[in-house]
Amino acid sequence: MTAAKDAVYVTEDLIASDIDAYLEKHQHKTMLRFITCGSVDDGKSTLIGRLLYDSKMIFEDQLASLERDSKASGTQGQNIDFALLVDGLAAEREQGITIDVAYRFFSTDKRKFIVADTPGHEQYTRNMVTGASTADLAVILVDARQGVLTQTRRHSYLVNLLGIQNVVLAVNKMDLIGYSQERFYEIVKEYSHFAEQIGMTSFLPIPISGLAGDNIVTRSANMPWYQGPPLLSHLEDAPLNVAQMQDAPFRMAVQWVNRPNLDFRGFSGQIGSGSIKPGDAIRVLPSGTTTHVKSIVTYDGDLIGAVAGQSVTLTFADEIDCSRGDVIVQSDAPCEVADQFEATLVWMGEAEMLPGRPYLLKIGTQTMTATVTEPKYEVNVNTLEHLPSRTLGLNAIGVVNISTDRAIPFEAYKDNPDLGGFILIDRISNATVAAGMVHFALRRSQNIHWQALDVDRSAHASAKNQTAKVVWFTGLSGSGKSTIANIVEKKLHAMGKHTFLLDGDNVRHGLNRDLGFTDADRVENIRRVGEVARLMTDAGLIVLTAFISPFRSERRMVRDMMEDGEFIEVFVDTPLAVAEARDVKGLYKKARAGNLKNFTGIDSPYEEPETAELIVNTVDLTAEEAAEKVIAALVGGGV
Amino acid sequence: MTVQESTAAGRTLTHLQRLEAESIHIMREVMANADNPVMLYSVGKDSACMLHLAKKAFYPSPPPFPLLHVDTTWKFRAMYDLRERAAEEAGMRLLVHKNPEAVEKGINPFDHGGLHTDMWKTDGLKQALTHYDFDVAFGGARRDEEKSRAKERVFSFRTANHRWDPKNQRPELWKLYNARKAKGESIRVFPLSNWTELDIWQYIHLEGIEIVPLYYSAPRPTVIRDGMLLMVDDDRFPLNGEEPVMRSVRFRTLGCYPLTGAVESTAATLPEIIQEMLLTTTSERQGRAIDHDQAASMEKKKQEGYF
Repeated sequence: MTAAKDAVYVTEDLIASDIDAYLEKHQHKTMLRFITCGSVDDGKSTLIGRLLYDSKMIFEDQLASLERDSKASGTQGQNIDFALLVDGLAAEREQGITIDVAYRFFSTDKRKFIVADTPGHEQYTRNMVTGASTADLAVILVDARQGVLTQTRRHSYLVNLLGIQNVVLAVNKMDLIGYSQERFYEIVKEYSHFAEQIGMTSFLPIPISGLAGDNIVTRSANMPWYQGPPLLSHLEDAPLNVAQMQDAPFRMAVQWVNRPNLDFRGFSGQIGSGSIKPGDAIRVLPSGTTTHVKSIVTYDGDLIGAVAGQSVTLTFADEIDCSRGDVIVQSDAPCEVADQFEATLVWMGEAEMLPGRPYLLKIGTQTMTATVTEPKYEVNVNTLEHLPSRTLGLNAIGVVNISTDRAIPFEAYKDNPDLGGFILIDRISNATVAAGMVHFALRRSQNIHWQALDVDRSAHASAKNQTAKVVWFTGLSGSGKSTIANIVEKKLHAMGKHTFLLDGDNVRHGLNRDLGFTDADRVENIRRVGEVARLMTDAGLIVLTAFISPFRSERRMVRDMMEDGEFIEVFVDTPLAVAEARDVKGLYKKARAGNLKNFTGIDSPYEEPETAELIVNTVDLTAEEAAEKVIAALVGGGV
Repeated sequence: MTVQESTAAGRTLTHLQRLEAESIHIMREVMANADNPVMLYSVGKDSACMLHLAKKAFYPSPPPFPLLHVDTTWKFRAMYDLRERAAEEAGMRLLVHKNPEAVEKGINPFDHGGLHTDMWKTDGLKQALTHYDFDVAFGGARRDEEKSRAKERVFSFRTANHRWDPKNQRPELWKLYNARKAKGESIRVFPLSNWTELDIWQYIHLEGIEIVPLYYSAPRPTVIRDGMLLMVDDDRFPLNGEEPVMRSVRFRTLGCYPLTGAVESTAATLPEIIQEMLLTTTSERQGRAIDHDQAASMEKKKQEGYF
């Protein structure tokens, strides 16, 4: 099999005759990133292998090993199996499928290309979304014999969801259907109908054969009825996201504050959209402070201007507060600032989403705590139906509300993926569990300010001659939390302190009587208790709480609600065997008998604190002694 | 580079400008998240590029981390010369680690075969990272080098035992890197992931980056062993009576001199090197003995902790 020769590819004559002219030409290439998607047998790997092969990205030694591998494990008989070029990891090679995102490179005289090779397996939505997130263009492959499949719909939906504007419908394996024009248009018609349904505004259909090389580099002589560009020409001419973002208002998320000495303070970042020059009026969000750009500093000297895509360091005319996570925007065209959003989530975690549980949210260059509501609906990406759902599992897509622990600058994802795309991270496993795309803010918090209270929280506390605290007792059922908390409250009361004790019994019978004991309900239970405790600290009280509160993330969430030093976590450390032997309420017995589901320690986990302020061991200490320890810690901390 | 001109002229960023901006972005993200980062520096052309990008990323500050060279004591002498100078010019501390066990046992590529790489490089790297307690290490690997690397992330996690699990990688979306790690885990970060060999050479050419002279052709004393053209760089090379022949050669990749094959060449300038590279018909890594073992050898080595 010989490579198709054409002018778009590396002109060997020029390399040999005038390398300087060649280099000059290649220095001015642009770069396009695209993804290929399709079902398992649509020929993605073959197409990519073909592009690499035709663009001379394969060396003789690689070709030799390719020919050897083709004979050993290829699917093309004595011919070269291009797919073997791109199927990377050993395990995949044996299975004959790609199972992850792989990035490939090739170039023509006009452009360098980065291809994200994404798998066709249904369970790997995660990988496709990852590959699509950085792509300027998507090539959706369809096997001409099969037509539009469920997989095709799923991939198209995802491509559209990720906001890719340039879509190529590559109808592959045309050689196997005798280059039938009729069949091609039948598929295009079917796809058009679907594209309209999902709101895809345009796509370019090209009939190709990756294996035979039709309409890849040059227009195929086998399909004279096709008048459009061959695939590669289209890839060379398609618009780039980075160029389009230059026309939007200026935005740059601050990555790093550069302070080599007292005389220099610069703000480093990669420009997300728009352009900037010295003298431009800018605003730092969320604070809203304004100033002018003094200089654009780079290693290569100060710039007279910079555009979207460049990594630069800005200095300001005035000394204003600005740090990592802030967004520098054009002064007269700022973006919105909010702390509650509607967003689409693509769930990527092995464990399902827990509404109410705090996750870390990374958007732009900042990371904060965020909670997610129950989905408004989950999308069946095969049928586009909206289904009711209480959670999202691996590879599920749904629309949720998100609430962040502070107001953040953002834009709708469709307008600016840089400030509208985010990831969610599990706080314990550190896994990236979701990709999200912001739709809009639920309320315009830039216009809503907290009502400034004349009698504020410190006034409340000082009138009581104390410092507000939350003393959070956590531990297994029967460990002695309530007993110890009761004694502590009595002692504080005797000291003239104003206190209140929240425990499972008084909260579960009222405020939280609608909640059960599933993981999701436990999370919501603790969230409500946390909010109540916070209001009570605003009132200046010392709040004592006694809840099993089995999950680290929720205890952490409540800790984050409070002022620094206000939250005191007391781990009532009692081994399960001891607590079970006490079994004050007879609950362990019921749980062991299977009459009580989701019981902590039996069939629901308890995550011990890692950073408790105080640990009291109720095996060695009496309740009275334990309470004394708590009091001593409180007095030491200045209640 | 030509940012100024092109910004003023057409406002179109070239592929090299975009690769540069991406690498800088990655390095700054590491600085904002790492406790104790380090840059692995092998003195090769990719390291030279990476070091140059680090200078750009943090200018006017010097790069805020040290360079680490995992030394095998068998590198070319010209590499040691450049190593010291490059670190000094960047204003960075240079740390050199030699596996004490390999020193003691006199491990060398002539007598010990694969053990040489295992002990000096793989074990040496693990020792150094553990010894200095580095939580993030920059490496100059590129995805175009080898099939299994095409799937590696920019932020690549290693267990406390420095192992890589290709089945358990975090998805990397947009330019949002999740750099959170558990105690004991470390991260290898590859800012040159999306560069190709040609990109590296073009960038070195455009930016005037200093590289080890061995990349340029010159008459050098050589012998042929197992089909590889080897340079006799010092008197530790066992010649068995053989007389080295002066040949006009250069190196496409640099490592331990007894393991690094030279190519006969007359390319003495960067454009000539690029010209030769584009017209050549064998891939870059072929000069390295380490890859020849078996189909998935790099993947296996990486799982074991080789960079």
